[in-house]
Amino acid sequence: MMEHRETPALPVMPLSVALVGQTVTFLGVDGGNGITHRLAEMGLTPGERLEVVNRGPGPFIVDVRGTRLVLGQGMVDRIQVRTVME
Amino acid sequence: MSQEPLTIALVGNPNSGKTTLFNALTGRNEHVGNYPGVTVEEKYGQADSGGQRIRIADLPGTYSMTAYTQEEIITRNFLLDHKADVVIHVIDCSNLERSLYLTTQLLLIGLPVVLAFNMFDRAEAHGWRIDIAKLSNLLGVPIVPTVASKGKGQDELLAKAVAAANDPAASLARQAIPRYGDDLEQEIEKLAALAGRLNLPGVGHPRWLAIKLLESDAETIGRLQAEADGQALAQVMKSADDARKRVAAMYRDSAEIVLADRRYGFVSGACQEAVKHTVESRHVLSDYIDSVATNRYLGLPIFAFMMYLVFQVTFWLGNPVADLLDKGKEMLAMWVRTLGPEGSIWISLLADGVIEGVGAVLVFVPLIALLFLAIALLESTGYMARAAFVVDNLMHRVGLHGKSFIPMLIGFGCTVPAIMATRTLESRRDRLATMLVLPLISCGARLPVYALILAAFFPRRVVLNLLGLSMTNQALLLFLIYLIGVAMALLAVRLLRKTLFAGEAGSFVMELPPYRLPTVRALLRHIWVPTWMFVQKAGTVILAAVVIMWTLKTWPQLPPDQTRQFEAQRAQIHSENLPADELSQRLQEVNIQEHHDQLLHSAIGRVGSFIAPVLKPCGFDWKISTALMGALAAKEMFIGQMGVIYAVHERPGQQAVSLRQALVHDYTQLQGFCIMLFILIASPCMATLAATWRESGSIKWPAFQWSYLTILAWLVTTAVFQVGRLLGG
Repeated sequence: MMEHRETPALPVMPLSVALVGQTVTFLGVDGGNGITHRLAEMGLTPGERLEVVNRGPGPFIVDVRGTRLVLGQGMVDRIQVRTVME
Repeated sequence: MSQEPLTIALVGNPNSGKTTLFNALTGRNEHVGNYPGVTVEEKYGQADSGGQRIRIADLPGTYSMTAYTQEEIITRNFLLDHKADVVIHVIDCSNLERSLYLTTQLLLIGLPVVLAFNMFDRAEAHGWRIDIAKLSNLLGVPIVPTVASKGKGQDELLAKAVAAANDPAASLARQAIPRYGDDLEQEIEKLAALAGRLNLPGVGHPRWLAIKLLESDAETIGRLQAEADGQALAQVMKSADDARKRVAAMYRDSAEIVLADRRYGFVSGACQEAVKHTVESRHVLSDYIDSVATNRYLGLPIFAFMMYLVFQVTFWLGNPVADLLDKGKEMLAMWVRTLGPEGSIWISLLADGVIEGVGAVLVFVPLIALLFLAIALLESTGYMARAAFVVDNLMHRVGLHGKSFIPMLIGFGCTVPAIMATRTLESRRDRLATMLVLPLISCGARLPVYALILAAFFPRRVVLNLLGLSMTNQALLLFLIYLIGVAMALLAVRLLRKTLFAGEAGSFVMELPPYRLPTVRALLRHIWVPTWMFVQKAGTVILAAVVIMWTLKTWPQLPPDQTRQFEAQRAQIHSENLPADELSQRLQEVNIQEHHDQLLHSAIGRVGSFIAPVLKPCGFDWKISTALMGALAAKEMFIGQMGVIYAVHERPGQQAVSLRQALVHDYTQLQGFCIMLFILIASPCMATLAATWRESGSIKWPAFQWSYLTILAWLVTTAVFQVGRLLGG
């Protein structure tokens, strides 16, 4: 859903397309200040890095500040991240 | 010195070991207000330190002072209303930054704070070097390292808490106040000055109010609207709104996000100074297990297998014990009958009423205990959170998300704590939808009914032997019943989400705690509390119902001429000089017939016959109908009632007719299965309806819950019975 903003240098993408083991920068959540605040308070502040630990048939497990978070199926499509160039 | 007890509030993130510390601090003197596993309400325990009596409140886990769920609101209000003298914030040392984030907010509520660095040993073992003195200085609060599971550091923790509570002014003066940078501080100061003029210390002090207004915190605004003067408040709200706009323009993010970011910045700074060698290793083993347990293809089959194992083991270990207890109960009843003259009303009440009725229920205590053990294991190891992850996709298809599945898993034990556990769901619509279908998740109290029916109608057979693990027909049928319940719950949710609670499911974010080995003590507590509740229920509600049932079935008695007829029949059989086997069988038939006639003649028989036509299409006669009426109050009552109905007064030299034999004599396998179905679906028990009422805040929801489930039960059971009969079942 973010294709139009994609640039080859710093691609912005929904978290749902990230691969297991990939580290990305968290940018925000589409539609919903409440959930962005909730995530920020659990350690996922905009600009923070997260690593995809595992992806199930829908939800993701990510590592943020040394904690494992489960992000549900509906959310991973709405979470925008940017690839970290290693 | 020890006049007034001091109140300590125990606060912390979920999974921080808070409840373990609570149990360690209070010994076993806790008031069990909660069902184990769900701290969704505050609970209290007693302790003392140097002669000072202390009351400790264990509050539901929370990540911040912004409340998103019911349980978090409970914690937040408890603290904001200053119901405690001092706060102990329990910190999981291996999760320092996220834990200290909450501290930055606790420092503002106006109560002395003491930090308990829990699981300190584990952090050190993982190579973390935490400079306690430095961190304590930076935050301006006492810090005590503890290891709750081994009972370390508790005395010091309590002593520090008492000292802080005894001199709150000095403690508060020392506490660091996180600063947010010049731009934000300016906005906060302006708002604080305005908020101070509202003069509402009950809602919070000015800085706290200013920050919450800047965050546009719904809960705080609600409190202000309830208490503040309308015009003055409107002015404050306008300023807060302007401030939010300025912050958003400056930082391109809303104020609450910027504030959260700054707090994490403050925490990170403190940790950088006071913590060395932050190598992350606590997840290694957990990740390894998770690579299998949460695998996208294996996760669901593994979960299904685990659940199957729960029921298989419950049955395999529990049934032999239940059988033994059943024999014991029969012997006890027989012995009681020899105590008085035949036909004594009191002996009959004790033997046929109390022992047969309450005993029939108590026999199943081992099964219940094992079931709760299994659920406790799933929960305390951390697997339950994985299950929520694994089923998220499935739950999504019916309009909920994985988190709703945790109450459902708890519901396999007991529906009441499951309904309370819906407090962890953020969205009210998700919560109501989950609550309404929870009774379809078959609870522990229904297990005895299944156990009785299965043992009576489906003799144990091994149907499959797989790698030394034998599957029995009983375990498979039991699993089937549970699956039917789960499937219907999911269908019902889907319907509810399309109609009454239409709309998107709420967002699903949940912490995945590392796997943990539960302590034996914690497991024992998890088993003991609900099992003891089950026993207490048998000794009170069920006992009362059983006595009523016995009274109604004993009177009016058969007219003397009919009794004489049966006596004559027995004399006739005795005179025929039959072999022992045949003699006892013939006598038994007469006895059952007499019992049957007596029942039909009794008050309960007449009531049962009156309502039986309604349940006839389901395959139930008046006896089952009567027992089902008993099950309205509590599901396991069905057995108690059947026990009383079928308690046959033995005569010397005759074998007792067990409840199982009597059932097989009167009903078919199909009818047995229909009983299980009806017990599964129909009419949630009183306690469930009460919990739904309390948690939903309106009587219309339990009324709806009861009606739709009872109608559904009638329809499903009728369909199964009628189709089954056509197929020759």
